[in-house]
Amino acid sequence: MGLDEIKIGGLGASRRRVEDNRFIRGKGNYIDDIVLPGMLHMEILRSPLAHARIKSIDATKAWAIPGVRLVLTGETMASRNLAWMPTLSYDTQAVLATDKVRFQGQEVACVVADDPYIAKDACEAIVVDYEPLPVIINPQQALAPNAPLIRDDKENQRDNVVFDWVVGDKDGTDKAFAKADVVSKLELHYPRSHPSPMETCGSIADFDRSTSKLTVYMTTQAPHIIRAAVALVAELPEHMIRIVSPDLGGGFGNKVPVYPGYVASILASILLERPVKWIEDKTGNLISTGFARDIYLRGEMALRKDGKILGVRMHTDSDHGAFFSDAQPSKFKIGLMHSAFACYDIPAAHLTARGVYTNKAPGGVAYRCSFRVTEAMFFQERMVQAAADDLGMDQAEFRRINFVRDDDFPHRTPFGFLTDSGQYGKCLDVGLEAIGYQDFLRQKADAAKKGRLLGIGISTMTEPLGAGNSREYDILGIKMFDSAELRVHLTGKAILRTGAKTQGQGHETTWAQIVAHELGIPADDVTVEEGDTDTAPFGMGTYASRSTPVAGAAVAMVSRKIRAKARKLAAHLLEVSEEDIEWELGRFYVRSSPDRGVTIQDCAMAAYTNVPDGLEPGLENNAYYDPPNLTWPFACYIATVEVDPETGVWDVLNMVAVDDCGVRINPMIVEGQIMGGLTEAYAMASMQFITFDSEGNCVGSNYMDYLLPTAWETPGFELHEVVTPCPHHPIGAKGVGECATVGGPAAFVNAVMDALKGTGVRNIDMPLLPDRVYEAITQRHDVSGAPPVKMDDT
Amino acid sequence: MYPSRFQYEAPRSIEEAIALLHKGGGEAKVLAGGQSLVPMLKLRFASPEMLVDINNIPDLDYLRVDSDGTLRIGALCRHADLEKSMVLETHQPTMAAAAPLVSDPIVRNRGTLVGSLCHADPQGDWASVMVAVDGHIVAQGPKGRRSIPVSELMKGPFQTVLAYDELAIEAVVPAPKGVAAGGYLKLERRVGDFATVGVAVAIETTDGSVVRAGIGLTGVGGSTINAKDAASALVGAPLSAASIARAGELAAQAAQPRSDHRGGATYKRHIVSTFVARILNEVAESKGKAA
Repeated sequence: MGLDEIKIGGLGASRRRVEDNRFIRGKGNYIDDIVLPGMLHMEILRSPLAHARIKSIDATKAWAIPGVRLVLTGETMASRNLAWMPTLSYDTQAVLATDKVRFQGQEVACVVADDPYIAKDACEAIVVDYEPLPVIINPQQALAPNAPLIRDDKENQRDNVVFDWVVGDKDGTDKAFAKADVVSKLELHYPRSHPSPMETCGSIADFDRSTSKLTVYMTTQAPHIIRAAVALVAELPEHMIRIVSPDLGGGFGNKVPVYPGYVASILASILLERPVKWIEDKTGNLISTGFARDIYLRGEMALRKDGKILGVRMHTDSDHGAFFSDAQPSKFKIGLMHSAFACYDIPAAHLTARGVYTNKAPGGVAYRCSFRVTEAMFFQERMVQAAADDLGMDQAEFRRINFVRDDDFPHRTPFGFLTDSGQYGKCLDVGLEAIGYQDFLRQKADAAKKGRLLGIGISTMTEPLGAGNSREYDILGIKMFDSAELRVHLTGKAILRTGAKTQGQGHETTWAQIVAHELGIPADDVTVEEGDTDTAPFGMGTYASRSTPVAGAAVAMVSRKIRAKARKLAAHLLEVSEEDIEWELGRFYVRSSPDRGVTIQDCAMAAYTNVPDGLEPGLENNAYYDPPNLTWPFACYIATVEVDPETGVWDVLNMVAVDDCGVRINPMIVEGQIMGGLTEAYAMASMQFITFDSEGNCVGSNYMDYLLPTAWETPGFELHEVVTPCPHHPIGAKGVGECATVGGPAAFVNAVMDALKGTGVRNIDMPLLPDRVYEAITQRHDVSGAPPVKMDDT
Repeated sequence: MYPSRFQYEAPRSIEEAIALLHKGGGEAKVLAGGQSLVPMLKLRFASPEMLVDINNIPDLDYLRVDSDGTLRIGALCRHADLEKSMVLETHQPTMAAAAPLVSDPIVRNRGTLVGSLCHADPQGDWASVMVAVDGHIVAQGPKGRRSIPVSELMKGPFQTVLAYDELAIEAVVPAPKGVAAGGYLKLERRVGDFATVGVAVAIETTDGSVVRAGIGLTGVGGSTINAKDAASALVGAPLSAASIARAGELAAQAAQPRSDHRGGATYKRHIVSTFVARILNEVAESKGKAA
C-alpha cells in the first residue's frame, strides 16, 4: 500500500491555497511593496486628445520644481533610439510620442522625482501644444474613403488597414450554401473591454553601474519573454538583465505586453543610476494598457431542414487601436478566431478577417482567453441559437444533432484544428438535467400567459487551450514550450521552479500537488517559486490557460526524471537490481518481498550521503515540455432569466455550469476559476465595457464608469463536472482558467434573446443594459453596435 | 492618484471650523465622510487649498426624534447609522427605503447624509428623498444659523446656496402631518453606481385622504428635481389609479434627463413615471390590505 494521495495533498485534493497564508495577512509582496534605497518615482503625462499633432513640448516649468530629477520626452527617447519599440505582433509602438498622439491617454512625457506627488505636479507643469486632427473611433470610419491616415509614421502604410487574413475552404463552403435549405444570418459586435486587474502595472528599474547589471521588478505574466525582449531590443547582454515578477494582483492577459512605462523607467534608471519606481494609476491602466475584444462579427450558416449544419461563413472587422500590439503567440493574424465551431461536425467553413487602426488605445490582449477564442465562441453560440430558431428547432436538440460524437476523435475542426477528446452530449445532458429543462419550458409558457418574459440560454463549446505546440506557436520566434526544475533536498523536502508565473491561479499550491502525485513527497514539503529570471528555468509565462497544460506537464515530467534516479538509489539501498523494484506512491519495494522497501525520502538522503559508485550525487533535474497538441476542454453553460418588460431589467434565475477540463488537480481551485470566469462572463453580458465618444474620449477610465460586478449583482452558480482525460497530457489535465469567461457570455445573452423570442428581435449587442433591452422590446428591433455615448434626444 | 498639495485642519468645535472656512476665503472644503471628496481630490477634479476635517467635532453624529416628531440628523451621522436605525422605519418610510440603496456598504459606513446634500451631486440619493419629505438643513456661519429647505439648497450640479464660510450642521425633517408612507426606487447599473434614475415619493394621509405629498427625482436633471405638480396631483383625495397615473405623467414631465451612457432621455423619463407608479401602487395596495 502506498500513501493516501489525498492525505499528502496529491491529485484530486482540495488543498487550501498555500499562497493565501501571506495574502490574507497582508504580507504579499507586490510591486508597490518593494522599496529600494535611494529610489525615485516616475509619473507619466498622457495625451488628453485622441489624435493630434504635437507642435511643441515645453518642460521648463517642470524642471524648475524642487525634487524633479529628470523629464523624459519623445525627443530624449529618440536620441537613444527608444522613441519607438517593436510590438509582439511585428508592428511598432510609440514609447513617448514624437510626431503625433494617436489615442487619448498616450504617453507623452515622464517625470522622475523624489516622490510621486512632486512627479505628478511636474507632469501638470509640462506645456504641450497640440494641433487637433480628425478622430477615428471604429472600423467603419477607419475604412471610409479619404479617412485620415493614423499611421503616417509607417513608410508603406497608405490606409488604416492592419491586415486582411483568410482561412478555410472557400469553394467547399460555397457549395454547402448552394445546397442549403435554409440560410441563417447573424451580425454582432463584441464590445471593447479591459482585463482590469486590481493591481495596475508597474516597475522598479535598478541599474547598477558598478556591476552593469540591470534588475527590473515588473508586473509581468511572462518574465523570461521580457528578458529576451530587453536583450534583443535594447541590445543589453542577457546575463546582465534580471527580471523579477513579484506577487501579482491579477493579470488576466493585461500584464503580458511591454508597456512604455517599463521602458521609460529602465532608461531613467540607467541615466540617473538610481532605482526608479513607476506605479501606474487606475485611469492610466484602463485607458492605455491592453484592452480586449472590440470586434464586429458577421456570418451565416447553411442548414438542411433536418437540422444538419452544412457550412459556415464568417467575417470579422477588428479594431486594434493605434498600434498593432496584440499580445498573442500564434502566427494567425486574428488569433485563434478559427477555433469557432470546433465542437460541431461541420463539413466546410470559411473566414475572412480584417484588422484596422483607430484612435484608441492599442495592445489587444487575451482577457482570460486564448487569443480571440472568446469572440469566436460567442459568435458560434449566438449563431447556433439563431439557426435553431430559424429552423424552429429546440436549441438543445439542434446542438445535439450537430455535436462531434464521442467515438469520432481525433476530429478535424471546420477550420483545421485537431480535437482529441470529449463527451459533448453527456455534458449537455448533465446541464439540462441540472437546470430542469423541460420544467422550465413549461414555466416559461405559463409565465408568458401573464405577460412575464422568461428565457433560457445554452452555450456549449470546446476551445483550444495551452499553447504551444512549438510548430505553430511562438513569441518573437521563441517556441511555446515550458519548463520545470525540481531540487529534492537531503531530508526529502523540495523546491520546484517553473517558467510560468502565477498571478492568482494558485501555482504554489497545485504544482506541489503534481509533485506529490508523481513522487509521494507531501505537497506541504514542496516550495514553489516562480518569476525570477535569475533562478527560474526559461519559460513562456502564464496566460491563455497554458500553465497546467504546459508548465504543469513539465512538473510531472521532471518529477518522473527524479523518480527514475531515485529508483537507482533505491536499488542500491535495497541491494537488488533496478528491474526487481516496484513503485507505489512514495515508496520503492522489492517485487518478490513487498515488505522490503525504501521511501522517496530515504532515496533523497542517499543521494547526498550514500551514493553508489558510478552514480552522480544529488537529486535534482529539469524538464522542458513541448506539448504535442493544444488541450480541448468542453463546457456547457445554461442560464435562465426573467426580463422586466417595463424597465428592461433582467435577472438571472439560475445558472448551471458543466465543465469537462479533464483530470482536476485541485478541485477547489478549479471551481474557483470557473466561478470567477462566470462572474466575468456575466459582467460582459450585463455591464462591463469601454466605449468612446465621437472625439475619442474614453468612457470607462475609472471604476465609476467601467463597471465590474460586485457580489451584490453576481448571480449564484451551480457547478457540475464531467471528466474526459486529455489523451496527451502526462496527468490527463486540460486547461480551464478561461473556459467560463469564454463560454459564459453567450448563455446569458441567449437567455435574454430567448425571453424576447416572438418579438421579432434577433440580437441585442452586449452589454445588455436595461435601456437597450427596453428599446428592443418596445421598438421591436435589434440594438446593435458599441453602446454609444448618445447625443441628447430630448 | 496623487492629490494636489493642500492644508489639512482638524478643528474641535463648530466655531473653530467656521473660522477656518472663513479664513480659507472660498478655497477651503469641508471633509466629513469624504466618499465623494477624496476620489475627486485623487483624480485632481478638485484641488482645494484647505481641507477642514470636521470628524473631531463632538456630538455631530446624532440621529434623533424630538418630542414633536421632528427628525434631526447631525452632520456626522453616517449612511450606515440611518440604514440600521429603527427610527426611520416608523417615522419616515421613504427615508428607510432609500437608506440601504445609497451607494455600497463600504461608502455607507463612512459617508454622511448632510455631506451628500452639500455635495449637491444631481445623482445623489438623499437630496431627492429630503425634497420628498420636505426636509431642510441648518447652516451655521459667522453671523449665526439659518434654515435652508433642501428644495432650495441646490443651485446646480455640485453647487449650493451655502456661503463659503457656512457649515451645514444638521438636516431636519418635520413631523408628518398624517400617516407617512412612500418609497424610493433606484435604477442603477451596478451597486455603487450613480443612479440612472432615482425616484423618491412621500405621502401623508389622514382618514385615507392624501394631505401632503412630495416627489423628488435623482439623476434626471442638472440638480435634484422637485416634482411639485406631480405631488400636488395626489393631494386632497385618496390614491386612485387615475391620480397615480397622473402623478407619474407629471413627474416624467418635470424630469430634465440627458442621454448618456446610462440610458437615453426618453427611457429615463419612462422610468420616472414607472417608478412613481410602482411606489404609489405599492402604498395603495398596502393601505388596501391594512383597511
